[in-house]
Amino acid sequence: MNQPAATAAVPDLQGRFGEFGRRYVPETLMHALEQLTEEYEKARRDEAFQAELSDLLRNYVGRPSPLYYAKRLSDQLGGARIYLKREDLNHTGAHKINNTLGQALLTLRMGKRRVIAETGAGQHGGASATACARFGLECVVYMGEEDIRRQKLNVFNMRLMGAEVRPVTSGSRTLRDAINEAMRDWMASVETTHYIIGSVVGPHPVPMMVRDFLAVIGPETRRQAVEQYGRLPDEVIACVGGGSNSAGMFYPFVEDADVRLTGVEAGGRGTSPGDHASTLCYGNKGVLHGSYSYVLQDEDGQTLDVHSISAGLDYPGVGPEHAYWKETGRVTYKSITDDEALQAFETLARTEGIIPAIESSHAIAQAIKTAPTLPKEQSLVVCLSGRGDKDVNEVARLLGREI
Amino acid sequence: MTQTTRIASVFSDLRSRGHMAFMPFITAGDPDLSATADVVRTLAEAGVDLIAVGFPYSDPIADGPVIQASYTRALEHKVHVRDIFSTIKQLETEQLPPLVAMVSYAIIFRTGLDTFLDEAHAAGFAGLIVPDLPGDEAEDFLPLVHSRGMDLVELISPTTPPARAERICRQSSGFLYCISVAGTTGVRAELPAQLRTQLESLHTQTDLPLAVGFGVSRPEQVDSLRGRADGVIVRSAIVKMFERLSSGAANRATVLKEIGTFAREMSTAAHQSAG
Repeated sequence: MNQPAATAAVPDLQGRFGEFGRRYVPETLMHALEQLTEEYEKARRDEAFQAELSDLLRNYVGRPSPLYYAKRLSDQLGGARIYLKREDLNHTGAHKINNTLGQALLTLRMGKRRVIAETGAGQHGGASATACARFGLECVVYMGEEDIRRQKLNVFNMRLMGAEVRPVTSGSRTLRDAINEAMRDWMASVETTHYIIGSVVGPHPVPMMVRDFLAVIGPETRRQAVEQYGRLPDEVIACVGGGSNSAGMFYPFVEDADVRLTGVEAGGRGTSPGDHASTLCYGNKGVLHGSYSYVLQDEDGQTLDVHSISAGLDYPGVGPEHAYWKETGRVTYKSITDDEALQAFETLARTEGIIPAIESSHAIAQAIKTAPTLPKEQSLVVCLSGRGDKDVNEVARLLGREI
Repeated sequence: MTQTTRIASVFSDLRSRGHMAFMPFITAGDPDLSATADVVRTLAEAGVDLIAVGFPYSDPIADGPVIQASYTRALEHKVHVRDIFSTIKQLETEQLPPLVAMVSYAIIFRTGLDTFLDEAHAAGFAGLIVPDLPGDEAEDFLPLVHSRGMDLVELISPTTPPARAERICRQSSGFLYCISVAGTTGVRAELPAQLRTQLESLHTQTDLPLAVGFGVSRPEQVDSLRGRADGVIVRSAIVKMFERLSSGAANRATVLKEIGTFAREMSTAAHQSAG
């Protein structure tokens, strides 16, 4: 295949990342998406908007987040040095807040007062509820019934901050169904409501906009790596569900050909359909939730059920820019099983005193596999996208322990 | 398009008599494909003008809860695209009102654009409505549909600004599907006043027949559209009758009879001449 190298100059005006992306949505949403694209382009060039966002990121979120050298873990593995980009130390405990604050500011700019969001693990729902509380916006979060069961603490927190959490009982009762419900709400409310999508998925301009708001992670990492050890990382690793933290981490490195980029998908309990959520590793090109990307579907185009230990990664689609990075070979995508992620969760807790989100544990697990195969001179940066407090109940249940 | 399609001739016949078209929607395979064959025949006997056949899809973002539930019931019984085509093919569609496939682009793309259209054409579908393929993304697909003598019916929403409407009017063929309210489908009590204005302005932009859908459920609503629209599309109301079949609240003969009665009332209302 004669594929040109990946560029950072995507998407084009039609929302295309190579062949992927675009807008496969009902006509009802098209005008709102055109307006959003226009408003976002203006905001992006508006110094006052950017200054307000930077101030919030610094003083409210606590950026820059540290780049931490995990020395004990690295020594124990005996290979490349592992660095952790500590997005878990952000306010609300994950990377999602970077996006929701940006989009909340955009909501205000558009003169809308109501926000809807979907959530899987509850991290994006929580980050949306936080941003809405901060700006006094009405907030409704759609969440699958199954995920509400798995993520009680986050549900409580969202309600505490004044958000309404609406249980979704259709389909598999997880993230994908929550997105369907949020899209439906949006179609009926689009004139007064902004839909803050939590990942780099959906119709243009969402994948670009969410990537940009999260692409505060990558540049910080570059700067910190150069400050701490004088050069860019040899490899950057991040977990991929819809692909938000990985997009924010990878995007600023796309044109640095010497930096290997590795995305880690949820391998669940096996490679059969329904047992995993590894869309790029095992899926096909297809259309889901308004964009053309990779998707896990059957031969008729029906979306397949997915499984992962992680509520934030069990999504049967993936952002179109990741599909583009896969096609161009710029990012290598791997799959980590539930068991490997659980082991990494415990390993990081014991060696570094850091309890990672089960999503981020997939990226840690990949680093644990890769590091011993590389010389000490090399460095691996892992995006530690969130903290694991929200997961301890579920992990205890899986390990058969009492809390 | 130069040749007159089956859909276009249905509308021009009705127009010449001052009638509106009545186009009911059914889900293929809810609860099974033999019911689908029966209901198509029932609707044809009741005098409907076109029939929209919904292809069940797992993630129907353009549809409301009634139709999603119907799609879920069909998919639980493992209805496949090829089975829908073979059921329709056996119906001898040239004797029936034109059938329009209402299908997500996710299904068409996965099946393959050409393969899907070849099979749809061979089965006897006269056209397609693809709710998640807005005009902007239809450029590659459109000629493939037209080259098979089929229509691609596009949608206009209350949120569609005039510039978009102009492009949609230019691209759509057969008729224009006018959504009467923003939001997903469902049974609603009243037709919105805003709709009248939009229909008036569309009539000045295009000669395409305007069919109104989403929220139409009663013969009185048909009256309120007379002289303003060329057709009415009913989706949730008939699908809801199938709910009772699946839940065991009614048997097949009863439900088919009810659907026949409803379709006859609606067709009669649609076929009254403008006064």
